[in-house]
Amino acid sequence: MATEPSKDQLLALYERMLLIRRMEERLRADAAAGKLPGAVHLYIGQEAIATAVCARLGPNDLITSTHRGHGHFLAKGGDPKAMMAEIWAKRTGICQGMGGSMHVADFSKGILGANGIVGGGFAIATGAALAAKLLHDTRVSVAFFGDGAANQGVFMECLNVSSLWKLPLVLVCEHNQFSEFTPSVQCTSGEIADRARAFKIPTTVIDGNDAVAVWQAAGEAVEHARSGAGPAFIEARTYRIQGHLEAEALFLQGGKYREQSEIEEWRQRDPVERLQQRLTASGVKGADLQAIEARIGRTVEDAVKFAEESEPANPELPFDLMFVGQRA
Amino acid sequence: MARKRYTHAINEALIEEMSRDPKVIVYGEDVELAIMGDTRGLLDKFGRERIRNTPICEATLTGMAVGAAAAGCRVIVHMMFSNFIYTGFDAIANQMAKLHLMTGGQAVMPITIIAAYGGGGSNAAQHSDSGYPVLVNLGGVNVAMPATPADAKGLLKTAIRGNNPTFFMEAIGRGGELGEVPDGDYTVPFGKAATVREGKHVTLIAIGSMLKPTLEAAKKLEAAGIEAEVIDPRTLVPLDEEALVAAARKTGRVVVVDEARDRCSCASHIAAVLADKAFGHLKAPIKRVTVPNVCMPYAPNAEKLMIPDADRIARTATESARA
Repeated sequence: MATEPSKDQLLALYERMLLIRRMEERLRADAAAGKLPGAVHLYIGQEAIATAVCARLGPNDLITSTHRGHGHFLAKGGDPKAMMAEIWAKRTGICQGMGGSMHVADFSKGILGANGIVGGGFAIATGAALAAKLLHDTRVSVAFFGDGAANQGVFMECLNVSSLWKLPLVLVCEHNQFSEFTPSVQCTSGEIADRARAFKIPTTVIDGNDAVAVWQAAGEAVEHARSGAGPAFIEARTYRIQGHLEAEALFLQGGKYREQSEIEEWRQRDPVERLQQRLTASGVKGADLQAIEARIGRTVEDAVKFAEESEPANPELPFDLMFVGQRA
Repeated sequence: MARKRYTHAINEALIEEMSRDPKVIVYGEDVELAIMGDTRGLLDKFGRERIRNTPICEATLTGMAVGAAAAGCRVIVHMMFSNFIYTGFDAIANQMAKLHLMTGGQAVMPITIIAAYGGGGSNAAQHSDSGYPVLVNLGGVNVAMPATPADAKGLLKTAIRGNNPTFFMEAIGRGGELGEVPDGDYTVPFGKAATVREGKHVTLIAIGSMLKPTLEAAKKLEAAGIEAEVIDPRTLVPLDEEALVAAARKTGRVVVVDEARDRCSCASHIAAVLADKAFGHLKAPIKRVTVPNVCMPYAPNAEKLMIPDADRIARTATESARA
């Protein structure tokens, strides 16, 4: 019998998911308004996964994220202001404006970075897990990745190595149905979870839009990994509501890779709304939910204001940041 | 001082640094049995927690280095042959070379990657590349090119103690060669070229494995009355431009010797730097002695033709000195 999250835990999940949602809705608007210099890949519709997995981690645990990484950053405790300023290319950004949306990272919080290379996080997370094992500490490392990344060869390599060496690694596949602009069914053979099973890694396939299901599966997976028994694998089925990136219409030039009706269908399974309904059904008052909404609204506004008012990035900084203590 | 082999000097550096810092780990394909010689004895001394064989999966080996470094280890990855860098290139080029910048200085990557390069053993095209020019072009990795046992030991220690990703390129044909190695703990700084021989007629800049044939060439030149200055940059990143420019100005005649393919070789880069910064002092065109733009052939006679040797270096230097 899986543990049920307490009401406070559910509320915390909800608040964090809503934070991710509202931050990204603002990013969507600001991207459309031409205020952001680079590409923005939104996580809308997948918030339950990052949030509920990270809810099961401690501050010293490590995660690797993807190009769709705002959710993981915020879920692991990244600062909304520093993230927003980063995406606005400001020197107060978490990476001083050198990384941008695709590379938000906070090493002090175990966030080893979003990653612009699809599948780029597998081996980094595996290496972090190796270090945790060799240094005899209790850290667990989590690799978030999509179904697209599961088709990279390094995925197989890391399944092999982590299982062989019983590394404290949790692999979380966010199966959002798309590899950039290609539906997963057109480019993926068999079930992704079966690939992990082939390496004798405990594997579970869950509804990734159900925060409680993710929370339960992640709890077991993290516990398994932390116990020294080796890696665990979660395939969370979800759906990418937004395009591969904002302004994708410019790239598609009228081309089409999915039906609007499919998007609408998945909107009915929105993870934030589902959790809200659950909270309401369990007796949480509308006023309490409104208070959360208001709090997050202020957080988002503060983050945008901070980003807008911050100094632009230092354009000379790259010369000092190619190396530690060595100018390029 | 004691005379030691190149491989032995590398092995000593590994043992000393692993003894010095418990966070130093080594992994790679067949490192436990020390197939390349340099990791001999480490397993007995340090156990599998510190040195371990890996599967053959270079993409993961290089990527794991990034993660293990981020999580607190000092990582040494043995890539065996430098050609295998190519199969592990994503984490090198896209992650470790860029993360310090991309994260605004948060990511610190104490990673040393050891790889043996060069031809001469009929290992054919997939085991004979001198793959360092591409590394030099990445920007965010240091590249050390030890030519002697003493520099091998000292540069490797600097690499392991440093906080930047560093490629330590072993000259494959030099493993058994002997040289004087200082006693006790010492390091060789990055970015400091060595003047190996003084001369006033022509400056020979020899990279890594090319130092030996260049010194042989200098002897031949001496017999012909040409005094060659021989400079070893020792690291390509950082590059001691100041020393190279000074040496170029001193004689006004420069030959750069590199075991890389000519096109975009490190010799090309050094020639470009010198053309820029020593132009007014040059008395002859800067010459490059490199591997032609071909893959390394298997047949010994064909391979020999491709790798710069003392005769080719001396011939080019003579042309330069008389130009």
